[in-house]
Amino acid sequence: MSGLLTWIDQRFPLVETWRSHLSEYYAPKNFNFWYYFGSLALFVLVLQFVTGIFLTMNYKPDAAQAFASVEYIMREVPWGWWIRYMHSTGASFFFICVYLHMFRGLLYGSYRRPRELLWIVGVLIFLCLMAEAFFGYLLPWGQMSYWGAQVIVNLFDAIPFVGPKLAIWIRGDYVVSDATLNRFFAFHVIAVPLVLLALVGAHLLALHEVGSNNPDGVEIKNAKDPKTGLPLDGIPFHPYYTVKDSFGVVVFLIIFSIVVFFAPEMGGYFLEANNFIAADPLKTPLHIAPVWYFTPYYSILRATTEQFVLWVLTPGVVGFAALIVWSVKNSNVRIAVGVAAVVLLAGFFTLDAKVWGVVLMGVSVMIFFFLPWLDRSPVKSIRYKGPLTKAAIALFVVAFFILGYLGTQAVTSGRTFAAQIGTAVYFLFFFLMPWWSRMDKCKPEPHRVTGK
Amino acid sequence: MQTRAAQGDRKMRVLVLLLALAAPLPLAAEESVRLDAAPIDPRDVASLQAGARTFVNYCLNCHSAGMMRYHKLLEIGLTEQQIKDNLLFTADKVGELMNIAMTRKDAKDWLGTVPPDLSVIARARGADWLYTYLRSFYRDRESATGWNNMVYERVAMPHVLWMLSGQQVQVERKFKNMEQAEAIGRQQKNAWKIDVLTPEQAGKDGERFILKTIRTDTSGSLSQLEYDLVVRDLVNFMTWMSEPNQLERKQSGYVVLLALLVLLVLAYVLYKEFWKDVH
Repeated sequence: MSGLLTWIDQRFPLVETWRSHLSEYYAPKNFNFWYYFGSLALFVLVLQFVTGIFLTMNYKPDAAQAFASVEYIMREVPWGWWIRYMHSTGASFFFICVYLHMFRGLLYGSYRRPRELLWIVGVLIFLCLMAEAFFGYLLPWGQMSYWGAQVIVNLFDAIPFVGPKLAIWIRGDYVVSDATLNRFFAFHVIAVPLVLLALVGAHLLALHEVGSNNPDGVEIKNAKDPKTGLPLDGIPFHPYYTVKDSFGVVVFLIIFSIVVFFAPEMGGYFLEANNFIAADPLKTPLHIAPVWYFTPYYSILRATTEQFVLWVLTPGVVGFAALIVWSVKNSNVRIAVGVAAVVLLAGFFTLDAKVWGVVLMGVSVMIFFFLPWLDRSPVKSIRYKGPLTKAAIALFVVAFFILGYLGTQAVTSGRTFAAQIGTAVYFLFFFLMPWWSRMDKCKPEPHRVTGK
Repeated sequence: MQTRAAQGDRKMRVLVLLLALAAPLPLAAEESVRLDAAPIDPRDVASLQAGARTFVNYCLNCHSAGMMRYHKLLEIGLTEQQIKDNLLFTADKVGELMNIAMTRKDAKDWLGTVPPDLSVIARARGADWLYTYLRSFYRDRESATGWNNMVYERVAMPHVLWMLSGQQVQVERKFKNMEQAEAIGRQQKNAWKIDVLTPEQAGKDGERFILKTIRTDTSGSLSQLEYDLVVRDLVNFMTWMSEPNQLERKQSGYVVLLALLVLLVLAYVLYKEFWKDVH
């Protein structure tokens, strides 16, 4: 056995890889509940790959056959219904895990130096996941698949000058059609998963380079055993976190299975009723809503009316530019901010509000990239941050949930108003973060991690 | 396509309304119709078999169930011979799908619209909707088929089960307040809804709340109770047909959960055993 290992190791760094990423990768010993969701997201990724492979064996990416082929899987392929429900439920659980994983980062400042790149790769994974979910959602070829794709692709229509051409280029047709289905299938089963895998690999490599953060937000590398040089508050990932995360996976599987076996539609949130009607290009449903994980951004899109641009965005940009000019001494920065504000204001009064809705929706996701530089707090973890941070995060979470709920509902003037308030809170959280995070009264960080 | 605000939404509604007027395309029901809870049970094999018979006799002429195989009916306790003798009108072999002879083009020419495939209609509409809908037809001179429906305004389908249920007509009663109208509405055995007029529309007497109900004008071969049972069985069958594996799904769910609970104990013990020396 050791002979074989030696033979391999002379040709491939097997033992070295095992050691540096598992048995001798030292992780902080004080991980709490929130630290399960990284490994769970990885688990769901594998689950989606495996179930996806089996679905592909029977699914037909053809507008005339797609809907029926999904029902064929549900009815006639042995255990096909199980594979399909795992895949459809897995999509929602993937987002649940990733949202909780990101929220963990927000709580404990996991994006702060030296983990900025780790965070950025993570946001790229999130973007990829959204693309993957969007492309995959067209494949069952139900009414919601069809009209959801139609709405989202039409967003590209709003881009000035190139928009309409771009939308046709994406669809491969003037409306969502067989051509669109075929290319979305290609994106969903090969292009995006490849990128996703590469990014997940990069995410793990970056993590193991800088080491994991922890609920106290202090570096375990700062306190090493003088003799061994190992972090005093670190434990080897394997076996400690492999057994702990295995326990997490079983708990996850129990919750997951309850949904898969007893409520696969999840009251219309995981599988929408309208998607059991085959796509019909001639019948627009009265109410088109994306799946729950996209609804906060969809709400932001719909909240951006002409009134909103005039009464909220315009004063918002003026105020924000003034705030930067007031706080920054560098005159070059001041000039740049002034010019940017004038360009934006000119845009507000010339371009359609729809364009700004699309821009805001894009910004609402892209803003996560800048989190490492927006947070100016002297401490990382919420444990040592003050009431201002706690209030800001609480407000943000409430706004996120309200936006998410409103995105599932049909528009009324009252709901649009609520979504506009939610949108304002959402963006104020990020744009004012450099100020409120610095103003907050923080407690001193401990030198070493505390107990649990 | 309402990507933005109420404006687009309203435009879309107008567009859909225009489409609905141009062709006999039905518009979705008003929200105010209260749906009756369908008393269905997918384990009631006798009810499923009765529903299958009604489905094949009354529905499977214009509607297909193209994702459903006759063979699946073995699972609700029918034998191959029973299926062949009693249910196989539109196919030759039990291995075939429940398709119909009418092509989509013919349907369009003859009926103005293609009757939807019913394989998964219960998952799209819900059992309660189907149960209420099939008990809510009434005579309407102004519609092309002579029928209308409380749940589905301007429905394209005529009342196919009318020989069983008899013929219903709509009754309107005016009330001065909502509570009164609702109180009478709740006593109805069939669907009811309340239209609210503006004070100007209501005129002098101020009766703004119009309770719309249906009553039987000419009776059919069944009493209302018997007819409700026929519809119950039919909806039960359609709900079963929309996911024939639903019982198997739940049963295997219990087995999987049991296995996972055992695994949970093992995983927990293993975790605690390894972690007892971490302080």
